[in-house]
Amino acid sequence: MTQRITVIDYGMGNLRSVAKAVEHVAGAGDEVLVTDDPALILTSDRVVFPGQGAARDCMAAISDHHLNKAILQAAHSKPFLGICMGQQVLLDFSEENGGTQLLGLYKGHVHHFPGGIAPDGEAMKIPHMGWNRVHQLSDHPLWHQIPQDSRFYFVHSYYVDPERKDLAAATTDYGVSFASAIAENNLFAVQFHPEKSADAGLQLLKNFVNWKV
Amino acid sequence: MLAKRIIPCLDVDAGRVVKGVKFVDIRDAGDPVEVARRYNEEGADEITFLDITASSDDRETIVHVVEQVASEVFIPLTVGGGIRKADDIRRMLNAGADKVAINTAAVFNPEFVKEATERFGSQCIVVAIDAKQVSAEGEPMKWEIFTHGGRKPTGLDAIEWAKRMSDYGAGEILLTSMDRDGTKIGFDNKLTRAIVEAVPIPVIASGGVGNLDHLVDGVKLGGADAVLAASIFHFAEYSIGEAKQFMQGQGVEVRL
Repeated sequence: MTQRITVIDYGMGNLRSVAKAVEHVAGAGDEVLVTDDPALILTSDRVVFPGQGAARDCMAAISDHHLNKAILQAAHSKPFLGICMGQQVLLDFSEENGGTQLLGLYKGHVHHFPGGIAPDGEAMKIPHMGWNRVHQLSDHPLWHQIPQDSRFYFVHSYYVDPERKDLAAATTDYGVSFASAIAENNLFAVQFHPEKSADAGLQLLKNFVNWKV
Repeated sequence: MLAKRIIPCLDVDAGRVVKGVKFVDIRDAGDPVEVARRYNEEGADEITFLDITASSDDRETIVHVVEQVASEVFIPLTVGGGIRKADDIRRMLNAGADKVAINTAAVFNPEFVKEATERFGSQCIVVAIDAKQVSAEGEPMKWEIFTHGGRKPTGLDAIEWAKRMSDYGAGEILLTSMDRDGTKIGFDNKLTRAIVEAVPIPVIASGGVGNLDHLVDGVKLGGADAVLAASIFHFAEYSIGEAKQFMQGQGVEVRL
């Protein structure tokens, strides 16, 4: 069965890699569409919500593209994958840019990393950039065939801290232990970049494309 | 914690991978797309392309190379060589690069780095530094920035320069020892250590790798966040998988 997978484009960052990676794992007849059209987003079978850049810019771009409603609606109604800022903006408040209101799907704040020196003597540089371990907390279908504690590629300076701890689908340690993936019902959102995380990332995208909610 | 990254580097000239020893004796090492695919399969953490094409007619070639690689290799890609204006950065990012490395243009116009980080974000701006030791034996260690493949001195102190580039928002430093580049006798770990201690951003050590011990030394003695090598991987002396296994055996945290 063919399906349409939409990658939401609101002008924050280059979505070519995300789209190419999804195409790479999608079925032969599947359509991967990069768009900012709310109608197309809401009629698609699955939605990928990426994003990079500063919180305030992201929120402004979402608003400029009149996407607030469509994003929240999709997040409630169909397989939905948030990536990087696409995870962070689901909460209600970020410390970034002197404090930024977010979409508010979940209660909780987005904090800046503390930095400092790790127990092994290494400096924890900010941004948190590179390959870190992702510790799965559940048997979620999106972890299918991904070994426990696999490394994924991260680039970010802020992390999500949802009030509901049961939202965390995985944690990662970088001075603090943070929710590198959150999940509820039809929604899954990750801080790392599956489209840049080699085999583990492609497997996660493949699991998303095949996910039966 | 973060793994130390192993980054194979492809010097690309008019669409072919080449690697010179001290910028002469260039040997052909293959099609960049094929080489990138192989490195990805072997477990490279990132791939860096340095475009060394001299003729501007052939400069468009690298854009196509990046496009092709980015369509099938899903790890971070960095492109350097000939990045002089914002438009060059935009073209590379649109082609699928995640980061660009700015070298000579930063020396001639440091403000360019500031503009680039403000416009595109620190995470995608790498400043490449080519440094040579200029202190004599017995003197306090001192390194200077050189351009034109290590031929032209600039009068810029390497440590001061790295700090300035970091202050201007650079997300990472790609540090090449011009004394060691192509020699296969190992990184200049004192240089790496000096830069790592001077800046709060990640430092990639480059120049001089001839065996796997050198990679370990780059991390342990130099303190590098990532190690970059070209020829030991191109000519299949070692695979990236072997390099990572060896490093892990020596107590370096890597992604396997």
